Amino acid sequence: MRVVLAEDLFLLRDGLVRLLQAHGFEIAAAVESGPELAAALAELDPEVAVVDVRLPPTHTDEGLQCALDARRKRPGLPVLVLSQHVEQLYARELLADGTGGVGYLLKDRVFDAEQFVDAVRRVAAGGTAMDPQVIQQLLARRSGDDRPLARLTPREREVLELMAQGRSNAAIAGRLVVTERAIAKHTANIFAKLGLEVSDDDNRRVLAVLAYLDHGR
Amino acid sequence: MTTETKNGNGRTTGRGIGLAAVRGLALALVSLPGAVLCFCLSLVSIALIPIGVGLVTTPYVLTGVRAFADWRRVLAAEWGGVRIPPAYRPLPERADPWTRTVALLRDPATWRDLRWLPVDMTAGFVTALLPAVLLLYPLEGFALAIGLWRVFPDGYWYGFVPVTGQASAFGAAALGLVLLFLAHFLTPRLLGVHFRLTRAVLGGNQRELAERVRVLTETRRDAVDASAAELRRIERDLHDGAQARLVAVGMDLGTIEALLDKDPAQAKELIARTRRSSVEALSELRELVRGIHPPVLAERGLGDAVRALALRLPVATEVSVDLPGRAEAPVESAAYFAVSEVLTNAVKHSGADRIWIDLHRADGMLRATVTDNGKGGAVIGAGSGLAGVERRLGTFDGVLAVSSPAGGPTMVTVEIPCA
Repeated sequence: MRVVLAEDLFLLRDGLVRLLQAHGFEIAAAVESGPELAAALAELDPEVAVVDVRLPPTHTDEGLQCALDARRKRPGLPVLVLSQHVEQLYARELLADGTGGVGYLLKDRVFDAEQFVDAVRRVAAGGTAMDPQVIQQLLARRSGDDRPLARLTPREREVLELMAQGRSNAAIAGRLVVTERAIAKHTANIFAKLGLEVSDDDNRRVLAVLAYLDHGR
Repeated sequence: MTTETKNGNGRTTGRGIGLAAVRGLALALVSLPGAVLCFCLSLVSIALIPIGVGLVTTPYVLTGVRAFADWRRVLAAEWGGVRIPPAYRPLPERADPWTRTVALLRDPATWRDLRWLPVDMTAGFVTALLPAVLLLYPLEGFALAIGLWRVFPDGYWYGFVPVTGQASAFGAAALGLVLLFLAHFLTPRLLGVHFRLTRAVLGGNQRELAERVRVLTETRRDAVDASAAELRRIERDLHDGAQARLVAVGMDLGTIEALLDKDPAQAKELIARTRRSSVEALSELRELVRGIHPPVLAERGLGDAVRALALRLPVATEVSVDLPGRAEAPVESAAYFAVSEVLTNAVKHSGADRIWIDLHRADGMLRATVTDNGKGGAVIGAGSGLAGVERRLGTFDGVLAVSSPAGGPTMVTVEIPCA
């Protein structure tokens, strides 16, 4: 799988290149600035882009802007954004076009190589990978009031959290050490309580959950 | 130079009188053409701004006027012992002509200069010339008495004495003597009057300046205190938090190295713990950075930083932003932390279930309004977070206004000047 990588810190870039190569990815380009990233995304047509939010020359949100821009030109271009911090604001911007194939993770997540590579694959396949911190912020915000979210059982909230990160039922079942059937039951309950339509599509599920959480602000 | 002339009062010596007269004469001779020239050039240059020429010339002309005024300040201090503190605002470095011109014209000190010029060419000229006149005029009286009266056969008025012959010429000499006697007392004082007149028109409002200095001293002390406390907090957080955790990571790695061959299972367990420690160290560093300079603020500016802040609140919040361009980083930061503190207060104490934040920038003011529909009763008092906000805003000449009647709603407005 061809990856374009953008990260300005040499140590991290080098580490990411090696990590991805070790897991069978092909590095089409590893760049260190916004303009280079824009050029690489336009020319190399990668299957997935792994991008740091803050890039030279501006050292602001150059990487994120580049990624959003590339996705406007080529809708659905899978982009996994890495950042030293995660903000709902940026997560929303990435999810806004509703086409999936986006991820937004803390840089720390690369510590767990398996999970990180899994996230890259999920994004490349058109799914989503939202950082647990973003989801927790969303859920924390919503738990204070008397919306339907409050009617979820603790177990259902756990499932919802993992679902919102972009995981499939099988992955959630593995994580919570229960059967997939149990998860299917939980998700059906969650969707019923939240008034969402059931869907098999991983990506749609996440977007539906996020859209719900977004709603009524 | 004698101290008597310097003070412009008390006993004066003959030399002091002469010196005052000569200085007065020199001042009068230079100030009249100087002031007229400066005034005319300034008027013409400012009048030419609409057609563009004035934009180029005005900075030079006004800088010249300042130099002229500054030279007079030096003279006032050296010759009259009258201190006239200059109160010009600093000029933008290497700015384009438009910015320089606008900056110059917006400075009240510039208009004080321009007001001073006509005063200097009239009253200033007269008060500078009088000491010399007071000294030279008696000499003319004596000259008349000696024989100069013969040059005017048709009669001549010396002061109020009509000089027609030797007798009346002696009268003129007597008047000259009286005038000389008066000059003995008056000459240095008249020069002092000139300098005091200059100070009255050219000097800034002293009380205003003194008040400004007092406020600046106070806010500077607050700023220094606050930043020192902030540094202490950061040092402590690093020392007890991330730094300690990284030390632990290093120690654990050493243990893992030793265990690797002997007890791989325990080594593996330790590796997991080490990784957790490094994650915790990272998240602590992240929190610390957020406390110093929030990443979104650095990346996107105030508008989006406040939006991101609102997203994290447990209360439904609406944000409206109207900020053309970005303010200076310290102003943005001050506004952000003020809004953040006000929001924290609102969430903690107001019991509100909706908050509205309005950010806008107009007329050189950055204004942030936070309104909630809570129970009200917020005050800027000792112990409340709002007092701290107000103090920190003081550094930027910002103000905090709270309207919070019991029963609500509460509206907190923060205003910070930003050029």
